[in-house]
Amino acid sequence: MTAAYPADALKAHPSNDYPAYNSTARRHPSRPLVPLAHTLSELTGPVYGHDDVTAAEADLTTRHAGEPLGERIIVAGRVLDEDGRPVPHTLVEIWQANAAGRYIHLNDQHPAPLDPNFTGAGRIVTDAEGRYRFVSIKPGAYPWRNHHNAWRPAHIHFSLFGPSFLTRLVTQMYFPGDPLFAFDPIFNSITDEKARARTVSAFDLDLTQPEWALGYRFDIVLRGRNATPVEDPHHD
Amino acid sequence: MTETITPSQTVGPFFHYGLIRPGQTDIAPSQVPGQRIVVEGRVLDGDGQPVPDAMIEVWQADAEGRYAHPADPHGRGANSGFAGHGRAPTDTAGVWRVTTVKPGAVPHPKGGTQAPHLTLGVFARGLLLRLHTRLYFDDEAANATDPVLASIDADRRGTLIAKGDAAGGTAVYRLDIRLQGDGETVFFLA
Repeated sequence: MTAAYPADALKAHPSNDYPAYNSTARRHPSRPLVPLAHTLSELTGPVYGHDDVTAAEADLTTRHAGEPLGERIIVAGRVLDEDGRPVPHTLVEIWQANAAGRYIHLNDQHPAPLDPNFTGAGRIVTDAEGRYRFVSIKPGAYPWRNHHNAWRPAHIHFSLFGPSFLTRLVTQMYFPGDPLFAFDPIFNSITDEKARARTVSAFDLDLTQPEWALGYRFDIVLRGRNATPVEDPHHD
Repeated sequence: MTETITPSQTVGPFFHYGLIRPGQTDIAPSQVPGQRIVVEGRVLDGDGQPVPDAMIEVWQADAEGRYAHPADPHGRGANSGFAGHGRAPTDTAGVWRVTTVKPGAVPHPKGGTQAPHLTLGVFARGLLLRLHTRLYFDDEAANATDPVLASIDADRRGTLIAKGDAAGGTAVYRLDIRLQGDGETVFFLA
């Protein structure tokens, strides 16, 4: 049987068994994953679009009484499948640290200031051509305790659904040229260089707005279906 | 030309304010027909310790086995108000919980049906890629003929089968998800 979603795409993903990232040690499965044929349970998935997402949720800088501190940015791009087809009307959720590298989350103990004008969460549904656009603040790098003097490169967390349970993606978007890349085990858990490059946004002067905000382009490629269903030759 | 997909990265420890919203653990609003159930369990690590910063995503058919999705030929008739999708973070004891309706049997591409089940995605700090598993119900005779359960070694099938308890009125189904080690949950490659 030929899978509706070819498995080749999965090679881009990191392995959960990645010792340099300490938290994987006692959390990664030790038994091999069990192959599962794609049934209706996998070929369907959550559908958003009739949801309660408002346009205001795409601008993380206008959610409070005042403006947040930091470097204002526009993050925009398209959600595509492996064959370059747009993924329309799919939910994109993001969350991030503030300009000082501090998350609003209660468990974040990094002694950097919170910003009363910044929460750092946003949502949008892609348009008919798969496009999305957020306005935010460039997040700061922050320390974590994975190893001595460990700092995460600045990043924005992204969560996407796509058309089925198999296209679900949670990832992180990085900024070009970050000097912390070489030292970050989470970034380097993606061992394929081309795949790693997919997580790095590109500075885009055309997206940049004069006297207002820097633009970063970040296209996201989700797993795609075979263009035409492939019949099993033994069952025709 | 096939493009490299965007690879996964961990959801990290601070996802709650980005992904968790009120109502996500109540998958079926009260008007949705079907047997109302609670599904709960713990997420445990390789030391048997609770994982307090995990998130479980649930995807399921309605009580008549229809997915609210265009790829299901019967999906258009799915119960209105039933999206079939839920999210539950684990608490400090590693416990996650959703309320929903028990799904019906759904078709299998090789004919016949699959026993009623939930499809689960597991996210956590320390997981670079979502884990994919299923939850079946111990009181379903159809488990004996389910093609997916049949594809799993008999001694590991039980890691996917929740135990029901109707003592309190509403049936509660419990299943722990063990990420690693003794009794490790079956996770799928799909």
